[in-house]
Amino acid sequence: MLESSSRLTVTDLSMDLEHGSKTKLSAAPAAATPACKCSNRLLQLGDRLVAVQLVVLRTAAALTTVVAAAVMALNTQSYTAVVAIIGTKPLMQTFTAKFRYTPAFVYFVIANAIAGTYNLLVLIIRRLILQRRTASLVVHMLDMVILSCSLIISFSSLLLSLAQVIMALLATGAATAASMAELGKKGNLHARWNPICDKFGSFCSRGGIAIVSSFIGVALMLALNLLSAAANAHRPNVVGQ
Amino acid sequence: MAKLYRLITAVLRLAVAGAAAAAAIIMVTSHETTSFFGIEMEAKYSYTPSFIFFVVAFAVGFAYSLLVILVRPGSTASRLVLLSDVVVGMLLAGAVAATGAIADVGKNGNEHAGWLPICPQVRAYCVHVEGALIAGFVSLLVHFLIIMYSLHAVAEPLCCSH
Repeated sequence: MLESSSRLTVTDLSMDLEHGSKTKLSAAPAAATPACKCSNRLLQLGDRLVAVQLVVLRTAAALTTVVAAAVMALNTQSYTAVVAIIGTKPLMQTFTAKFRYTPAFVYFVIANAIAGTYNLLVLIIRRLILQRRTASLVVHMLDMVILSCSLIISFSSLLLSLAQVIMALLATGAATAASMAELGKKGNLHARWNPICDKFGSFCSRGGIAIVSSFIGVALMLALNLLSAAANAHRPNVVGQ
Repeated sequence: MAKLYRLITAVLRLAVAGAAAAAAIIMVTSHETTSFFGIEMEAKYSYTPSFIFFVVAFAVGFAYSLLVILVRPGSTASRLVLLSDVVVGMLLAGAVAATGAIADVGKNGNEHAGWLPICPQVRAYCVHVEGALIAGFVSLLVHFLIIMYSLHAVAEPLCCSH
């Protein structure tokens, strides 16, 4: 009887971690001695710190991915140049560079948009829904609905969290955009592919900013996943934070 | 049960190591010289930094997979292995993605940038790179299965006495 009640308090604690609501710990250690109360308060402080860290990390990750998607999506540059002179009239042509001319950049924008919306959604759900059990339940259901639509293997698909999948998606998007950016900057002499960055300078620099921001977002999401997995480590069946 | 878990992970990791080694070796042996319109064109993996990254990443994946078979399940090192599995998985995924982007440009070109596709000229090289990409994808998929299986074993301790 006693150990079941103590297990309940531990789960209550962990469910509050991302929620930031007032924990009802004062009710829990009913039979605690003063020394126990002190360590419980420290525990409460430690968990509050973890919760704050999680929220900060998640907002930072959402911000960086949304910025990366936005900067790359609005990335366009054009210039006009004289191509030929017919008689005395110069013939002008406009050369444009847009993100959607390269499939790698399109994938990059889509992956960053998905990651950004996922992070924002989880943030909003955890903040708006004050009842902590429904909050974690809603997030878990969101995870499971989207995962079960997209994963074929069912016996362990519930255990890989959506956050991990989205982080891997983001990583591939950033990698592919980085390789295209490198090709655009240096060209490839052997394939007779000329670099384009000398002609489209600001397109290249804006694209570079977007890619760097996306890489930072990947690192933040990795830290987020680790922290959230460590915080929920004693709750083995709910992996999606 | 723990023995079965060990056996399954050992077999899967050997498969990852084999596929990674195959991907790296196929990419390294891709080399073709041809001449068109009197100009000689040489295609080699080392002329593209993304392909070099692919080779290095899969060599690292091969060595890592073989090393990790030696870790005893249930020790503290196995928790670290779960973490580093995810990191190495992301490395392999990044390598495959970067190579895929360059291979797509090589196959379809990019008319807005004025880049012509090179696959019609160096067809054997293209096929080689495609083979390396397929081996890389297989390695990545099996690595993903290993991660899921490890998580399954960690999350349901009654199943595999981890």
